[in-house]
Amino acid sequence: MAKNISQNQVADPQPGDKIPIPTTPTNLVNPAANVLSTNRSLLPPWVRSIGQTYGAAIALLLILVYNVFFTPYFVTMQTFNINLTQVSTIVIVAIGMTLVIATGGIDLSVGALMALGGAAAPIIFLNPPFGNQTLGNILAFIVPVLIAGAFGLFNGGLITFFKIQPFIATLILFIAGRGIAQVVTNGKLQTFNNDTFEFIGLGQLFGVRFQIILMVVIVLVAAWIMRVSTFGRYVLAVGGNEQAARLAGVPVTRVKLIVYAVSGLLSGVAGLIVIAINTSSDANQVGLGMELDAIAAVAVGGTPLTGGRATIIGTLIGALIMQLIRFTLLAHGVPDSIALVIKAAIILIAVYVQRSRRS
Amino acid sequence: MSNGHAGASILYRKSVMSIEHSNFTENTGQLNDATQSEALPTPTKRARAVSLLQRQGAFLALVILLVFGGLRYDNFLSTGNIADVLSYNSMFGLIALGMTFVIITGGIDLSVGSVVAFTSVVAAQVSPSGPLVALVVPMLVGALVGLVNGFVIAKFQILPFITTLATLLAARGLALSFANNTAVSVAQDNGFTTIGQGDFFGIPIPVLIAGAAFIIGAVVLLFTRFGRHVLAIGGNEEAARLMGLPVDRIKIAVYVISGALAGLAGVVLASKYGAGQPTAGAGWELSAIASVVVGGTLLMGGLGSVGGTLVGVLLLGWIIKVLDFENGKGVVSLSAYWQSVIRGSFLLIVVLIQNRLMRRRQG
Repeated sequence: MAKNISQNQVADPQPGDKIPIPTTPTNLVNPAANVLSTNRSLLPPWVRSIGQTYGAAIALLLILVYNVFFTPYFVTMQTFNINLTQVSTIVIVAIGMTLVIATGGIDLSVGALMALGGAAAPIIFLNPPFGNQTLGNILAFIVPVLIAGAFGLFNGGLITFFKIQPFIATLILFIAGRGIAQVVTNGKLQTFNNDTFEFIGLGQLFGVRFQIILMVVIVLVAAWIMRVSTFGRYVLAVGGNEQAARLAGVPVTRVKLIVYAVSGLLSGVAGLIVIAINTSSDANQVGLGMELDAIAAVAVGGTPLTGGRATIIGTLIGALIMQLIRFTLLAHGVPDSIALVIKAAIILIAVYVQRSRRS
Repeated sequence: MSNGHAGASILYRKSVMSIEHSNFTENTGQLNDATQSEALPTPTKRARAVSLLQRQGAFLALVILLVFGGLRYDNFLSTGNIADVLSYNSMFGLIALGMTFVIITGGIDLSVGSVVAFTSVVAAQVSPSGPLVALVVPMLVGALVGLVNGFVIAKFQILPFITTLATLLAARGLALSFANNTAVSVAQDNGFTTIGQGDFFGIPIPVLIAGAAFIIGAVVLLFTRFGRHVLAIGGNEEAARLMGLPVDRIKIAVYVISGALAGLAGVVLASKYGAGQPTAGAGWELSAIASVVVGGTLLMGGLGSVGGTLVGVLLLGWIIKVLDFENGKGVVSLSAYWQSVIRGSFLLIVVLIQNRLMRRRQG
């Protein structure tokens, strides 16, 4: 077998020659090696098959059923509102993260961009242009989101035009982005009292918090885009095999720019919600650690970090699982610290069960 | 050829696998040819010059920074200030060193920041049993977390990013749980605090620890079979597997190393500040990754250097000092919040330059 390789490929590489190294881990000469090295599982195939497809949904269902029976006051509007309020920002950010991850990338800057959006809004509506408060309020919804989107575009630019790996490219704004927000606000807490603006976090429609409705709308739009639109197909194609996608005429550069910009935009929206709930903006705190929560939600939801596949509804389910586990543990007196350990185990189990067969 | 190459440059390329010939022909005979065809060719002179420039570039920047600071500010290069910077950055250095090994295999270890917090708590709690126990136990605890990381990554085939993201959460949870959510003070009377606060002929002990770790790390990566295996796996894991390298065991080993070094950093933290801090270390993993990248180690794996990481850590550490001293001059007044902006911008510049060099090398 070893000899085959050497005969089929270049026999005597000279120093300085360029020899293509096999980039795919597939060993065509000896398929057995693939099985040995990549398809080792402890679970029987039928369990894995179900686990891959419905694992997250089943898990969510089990947690819900458990809570209905064993957690007092679980089936109340208040519990519903509390949990969905807490999870909404994670879901909104995680939707953008799902698109990014579907292209095979990652966005570590989302938490920092939330802080940026959150820092910008109060500055705008506390100092409305032309002294017009209505205009100030309108701009406070739009401009911070656009700022965050522009930074997302910056990430995309580094990744597409400068061919910097997504991890490093977004690490730059992870480090610097929050710093910019802190410099702009001088690290001070900005408190405010603005009913119009606070509606995005505290307002209610038909007894449901506005942010929950916003979250649902964003999830539905994103799910529709990924399922039906050409753009959704492009995103998956880029993540599946970028080179092939390019050759097939997919506008790879534009697709990547868009997903990072969308991730930035959604981070900005999440930043607004957070500061509206707190009725204050603290650049040191807004969105802290959000990148990890979002990535965990995406992973638990069943989107592989290698790109090429994505499930928006899965991400919603993933975020709900993480939220409900924390809620359940807290409701039953388990301290937050232990909840973290259990969260870790859940992430690993979820990803293992849903692992694709070709991974 | 292998010795000449190893001696000439700390920076290895993927072609390191051709170095492996002598080791493997004995055991597996025919694998020799296969090895050659799967490895990249030895670097051309130009490529070597570029890769040297890449490493020297970071080093050059460090020298320029130090000369600039030394000329502009009083006491910038005083022994006190140098000891201060080195001592503070010794913790980052330790985790960045472990991270270098992990990244060279093509992996990543996000758990180190939390492990530092967790092991600092453990160190504080066992410190009454004496400095030796308080040095060894946290390192073992860190190594254990690394073992879990490596085992899950190698045996369950879960991506390093996800696995270590999970242990990041778990280690933080354990730190908070062990410490009951508050700082744990260390024993003050039995010499444990000497580890972090003492010095040896004027050199702070944390600096000596980190220095020793870097020397050992460089020797291991450059001159041992294990070091070459690490590079080989990062270069092409499948090829390494086919060559008969114990890929899983090597992967587990690098995460154990990373965990143990994070444990050592935890000991230094607890000893230096007199308390185990369950909330410390948040985001350190990403700073460490930034240092490693600035030092010229590729995030794709297969290429990296311990010396480069050292330069990366020192660069990012000294930049902050320049900011402090600049404020001290009173000409401009930049708040501490500029630190991260400057760090981020610096990372951006370095990455853009490296990227240009890489592309020229390929083109």
